[in-house]
Amino acid sequence: MKVLWLQASGCGGCTMSLLCAENPNVFDLLGSAGIEFVWHPALSVETGHEVRALLDDIEQGRTQIDILCVEGAIARGPRNTGKYQMLSGTGRSLLDWVTSLAPRAKHVVAVGSCAAYGGVTTAGGNPSDAVGLQFDGSHQGGIFDADFRAHGGLPVINISGCPMHPDWVTETFLMLADNSLTAADLDGMGRPRLFADHLVHHGCSKNEFYEYKASARELSQIGCMMEHLGCVGTQAVGDCNIRPWNGSGSCTRGGYPCINCTAPEFEEPRHSFTETPKIAGIPVGLPTDMPKAWFMALASLSKAATPNRIATNAESDRIDVPPTLRVPKS
Amino acid sequence: MTDRNLLVGPFNRVEGDLEVRLDVRDGAVAAAYTNSPLFRGFEMMMLGKDPRDALTITPRICGICSISQSAAAAFALADAAWAEMPDQGMLIAAILHAVENLADHLTHFNLFFMPDFARPVYADRTWHDQAVARFTAQQGSAARDAVTARAELLHIVGLLGGKWPHTLAIQPAGVTKAPTLSDKVRIQTALRSCRRYLETTLFGAPTEQFAALSARDSLMDWTAGDAGLFLRIAADTGLDDIGMGPGRFMSFGAYPLPGKRAFAAGMWDGGLHDVDTAQITEDISHAWMLGETAHPADGRTAPDEDMRDDAYSWCKAPRLNGQTIETGAFARQIIDGNPLARDLADRPSAMARVVGRLIEIARTQMLLEDLAAQIDPKDRFMGHWDMPKSGQGQGLVEAARGALGHWTKFDNGKITGYQIIAPTTWNFGPRDAAGNPGPLEAALVGAPVGDGEETPIAVQHIVRSFDPCMVCTVH
Repeated sequence: MKVLWLQASGCGGCTMSLLCAENPNVFDLLGSAGIEFVWHPALSVETGHEVRALLDDIEQGRTQIDILCVEGAIARGPRNTGKYQMLSGTGRSLLDWVTSLAPRAKHVVAVGSCAAYGGVTTAGGNPSDAVGLQFDGSHQGGIFDADFRAHGGLPVINISGCPMHPDWVTETFLMLADNSLTAADLDGMGRPRLFADHLVHHGCSKNEFYEYKASARELSQIGCMMEHLGCVGTQAVGDCNIRPWNGSGSCTRGGYPCINCTAPEFEEPRHSFTETPKIAGIPVGLPTDMPKAWFMALASLSKAATPNRIATNAESDRIDVPPTLRVPKS
Repeated sequence: MTDRNLLVGPFNRVEGDLEVRLDVRDGAVAAAYTNSPLFRGFEMMMLGKDPRDALTITPRICGICSISQSAAAAFALADAAWAEMPDQGMLIAAILHAVENLADHLTHFNLFFMPDFARPVYADRTWHDQAVARFTAQQGSAARDAVTARAELLHIVGLLGGKWPHTLAIQPAGVTKAPTLSDKVRIQTALRSCRRYLETTLFGAPTEQFAALSARDSLMDWTAGDAGLFLRIAADTGLDDIGMGPGRFMSFGAYPLPGKRAFAAGMWDGGLHDVDTAQITEDISHAWMLGETAHPADGRTAPDEDMRDDAYSWCKAPRLNGQTIETGAFARQIIDGNPLARDLADRPSAMARVVGRLIEIARTQMLLEDLAAQIDPKDRFMGHWDMPKSGQGQGLVEAARGALGHWTKFDNGKITGYQIIAPTTWNFGPRDAAGNPGPLEAALVGAPVGDGEETPIAVQHIVRSFDPCMVCTVH
């Protein structure tokens, strides 16, 4: 399976994350499955005129590609020219190239939240007028219309995340190579359900704190970060706490909140990232699928029932009070 | 020989987008123009935001220097808020940052720089078979060894910072995770794995032995490991004769620790001086930017949508005391007084930059082991801090690629100014108002260009010897 990877308006961090794939390493993992990069801007040897010839071959249909992968949002500015990102040496914008090459690929994959929805590249006033491939934030229709389908039949596959987990890309590739990924395997935002069917909350090491709403008040305290510190792990899709990052990590395990980086418009939460917005002292934003009245009732009940161990540890940076020893009765 | 103009791009195995225009005369580059063809406008995005949001947003300028950006943002905010990290918080921030820089150096050497020597153009060289076996892009055994070692090294960021890239672990008053004793021993285990990789593969000898090299002669006698293969190739291909930098080097000093920085700050031009950051300016005469030359504390970012004809890059041209400077691992090691780097300093070539990184790999491995041994899980890792309503500050750090500065100011809880100068802004900026070329532009002059060459191999070696990070450059 041949993959052409282009870097549009982004940070390159999704490629850097991909290189963190393990057991086996990324080259063995993809290579052993017959997946090869026709060209990748960070990894291939070809430069300059060699790449221009290769892109020409693909555009003219002389070289077939199975997947067009785009990492980064597509800049449309200034004034709809796309000139905020020119593909160097070609005199053409990335906007122009991606529009032209997508119909040549069996599948189009947006790697990372920038390519999927616009992401951080569109933060603030979106200075470069950037947009995702098939979404503009949470709205359908980016540089491609809502009804765009690659000739393999699928819409743009949005492997969102900032960055995405390396396994999300490698597993999606493996499924595409195997012809086993179908439209039913994507959620309503075009994300592979392999990660989008989970919430970041699943497997969070702070779950016992969450159960009692025993909350951290400042970063570095080990309690639940939902009430005060902006954590939206109960609303964010991702298997981040089931499938560890970089060996054993996740954002919440690192002691800072989930900012919902797999979602459209996460870059503009309309409040500080590390502060939970509240109305009359009550946090805004409910856990996914939780009825509000039940949440309020359960939260106040569980808060009242919080054991001393959990309440104390929640506002400490380490486990001050260990679980009570349970001695078997003889 | 005829005069030619070449447009080199897409320029890959650099981080981000780079285009180089060359005037070629008599078989050599007569003039070079560096274009950074991607503009995103992070400095504009920050305006009006909560000052703390810089900690989340600015790391996302760059996926390879993410922790560097994060540290610069945290130190700028700490400077503005009079916040201080406890000693052990500084230690963990230093470990996180040093791991990223070490990983970046391994990525550069194995994935970005060396694959060019596996090209057919070198097929007649005695070392070529070895270079093909080790460094063929995506296939060579060195590429596989390096990504495996790098992924394992980055487990340390997994333990201390949750994930890489784009961790939010480094804060103005410390770090978000207090490591346990388990974390400490696992960090030390990951470092022992990295040492094993370095000693069996990159250096082929004890790390201390490479770090102890003190002069050009003993360096060129080094034959072990991939470092030895590189030195053999460098000597044969004349990498020490091309790509001369300006000979002026700057480092902001790497890894703030209690009372010092692990690698010293300074400016070197044959002698050592302090860096006076008040003497930094960004010239925009050849950038598609509107406004005036300014110090970054007063600078602004207003892109010229007309992309006027007398400019050719989105990158501003930073100057120190009105002059270009080179920044990076080689600069850092010269300024820190490493004897080998000092011995090479009068010949700031493509080879010297790569050697600077190899020296720093060895020294960073040793530094990390020393820092990890000092972790005291019983101590504090985060202090309390309060965000003032108004303030301004600068955050100066050393990314893998050199000096990185953030300048923030805010009023009434909202950012009113945010300026960033990244290492590759310094190294790959365009000409200034006086017509003085940027460091890369000058370093390319004289590079040999063969008659049939469209993408000259010498130009590629010189460009990649800087390890440019183009996503940081314009941001």
